[in-house]
Amino acid sequence: MTDSKKIVEILIAMAKVMEENKEYLTDLDNVIGDGDHGINMARGFSEVEKQADTLVQKDIGTILKTVGMTLVSKVGGSSGPLYGTAFMKAGMAIGAKEEIDINDFLSALETGIEGVKARGRSTTGEKTMLDAMVPALDAMKNELAAGADPKSVLAAGVTAAQEGVEATKPMVATKGRASYLGERSVGHQDPGATSFTLLLTEIGKAL
Amino acid sequence: MKKLINSVETVEDEMIQGLVKAYPQYLKKIDGHNVVVRANKKEGKVALISGGGSGHEPAHAGYVGEGMLDAAVAGAVYTSPASDAILEGIKAIATDQGVLMVIKNYTGDVMNFEMAAEMAEMEGIKVKQVIVNDDVAVKDSLYTVGRRGVAGTVFVHKIAGALAETGASLDDVQAVAQKVIDNVRTMGAAILPSTIPAAGKPGFELADDEMEVGIGIHGEPGTHREKMMTANEITDHLLDKILADIDYSGSEVAVMVNGAGSTPLMELYIINNRVADVLAEKGIKVVQTFVGEYMTSIDMAGFSISVLKLDDQLKELLAAKADTPAMKA
Repeated sequence: MTDSKKIVEILIAMAKVMEENKEYLTDLDNVIGDGDHGINMARGFSEVEKQADTLVQKDIGTILKTVGMTLVSKVGGSSGPLYGTAFMKAGMAIGAKEEIDINDFLSALETGIEGVKARGRSTTGEKTMLDAMVPALDAMKNELAAGADPKSVLAAGVTAAQEGVEATKPMVATKGRASYLGERSVGHQDPGATSFTLLLTEIGKAL
Repeated sequence: MKKLINSVETVEDEMIQGLVKAYPQYLKKIDGHNVVVRANKKEGKVALISGGGSGHEPAHAGYVGEGMLDAAVAGAVYTSPASDAILEGIKAIATDQGVLMVIKNYTGDVMNFEMAAEMAEMEGIKVKQVIVNDDVAVKDSLYTVGRRGVAGTVFVHKIAGALAETGASLDDVQAVAQKVIDNVRTMGAAILPSTIPAAGKPGFELADDEMEVGIGIHGEPGTHREKMMTANEITDHLLDKILADIDYSGSEVAVMVNGAGSTPLMELYIINNRVADVLAEKGIKVVQTFVGEYMTSIDMAGFSISVLKLDDQLKELLAAKADTPAMKA
């Protein structure tokens, strides 16, 4: 079981990993996008981190909704609304719970991913964050159904997300700014899929 | 990185404040947001709002004023503003006639403006939008998010703003904005990259003898990279693409030769010299030419050419009065 305190610790770890990977994500985005992904993610999660002290006193649904609102209102660009929508939808799915288990996590993630698809009018195979999110979710559901413990479930998700990132390399982008490149986007991994994998890795480490 | 700034975190705030302090007769800033509105709100007309990432100055805040925009929202450099800032702008300028959003076609801009419009509509404000997609460098197909919005956006501000000023309906202002979008095409090239302050290094690298053809206004890669050409050669290439995209033959046009930020007027005039000659040779009549910095890319060296096909309505509205910091007519 994971409580509000643990959730906030994970969010702080996410802020740290976004700051550490700011340049890496921005470099990836420079090649096929507009070179701001790392800067935006670091800015958004540093705003989240600033709220840690008040967040820790809330239920988990409220924490995630607040994170979502913060990302939407502070980040801008496309990562703000997309990650913001994911957190808000996940928060709504969890509701006023003080503790969640792996089943709650996976159903919240699924709702969040549906939110990203709707907001971005996108699906898998279009060289976006969904190409890491969807395989990760599927792998975790399978692992859980096979009776694995939460740590192994997350490990399977991280591996699938990493494979998802690799799989974006040969894809032709059809959504986001990378789509303007068409064939020139081939050979480069998607920054959004990469940032999702980094965030999921932090969740895995915390369990 | 060598820039005249104080800190990378305060670039957008200080830039907007400095702009408003330079033009208090035209502009004021909304507290807590990088949103610039007209110093004196005008009722009885459709209100126009535009915006996008910073780094494109004078776009968009420089076009706030009589005959053009009512509000401009500035995001972080090269990043769409967040929806709450856009919502504040919409609320500040909303009139009974409604609000038209002029959005450049980027995934983030479209998402954030649409989210803001949904929230404004919940508060009873009538909001419509147009999406500018004038860049012929990138493919427009079912499989992409479509073409980028670039310097042609300024023509949308000018013409839709002029019609709005007459008290025309929201449907009519939206229709004329869409007519501009349907009739303007743009393409650019860069010879030096731009540097986002927070990134601290150039967004791409070009060898001394290379240029990026079809560059986007955020330094997004273009159609291809090529050996440096002369001004006439690259101008001919861009014009070929633009003129092949819609039928300009026998029509009257307005031309914009837009500098990317680090290209001197001297070079822009050299480019316009060729543009004017090529268009004259093809029997296309240039009614009005704009040469200068209208939609920049921070410190990029490069330029874009926009050609707007005019009819009587567009011609009249382009010539109508505008009084803003960055454009007067």
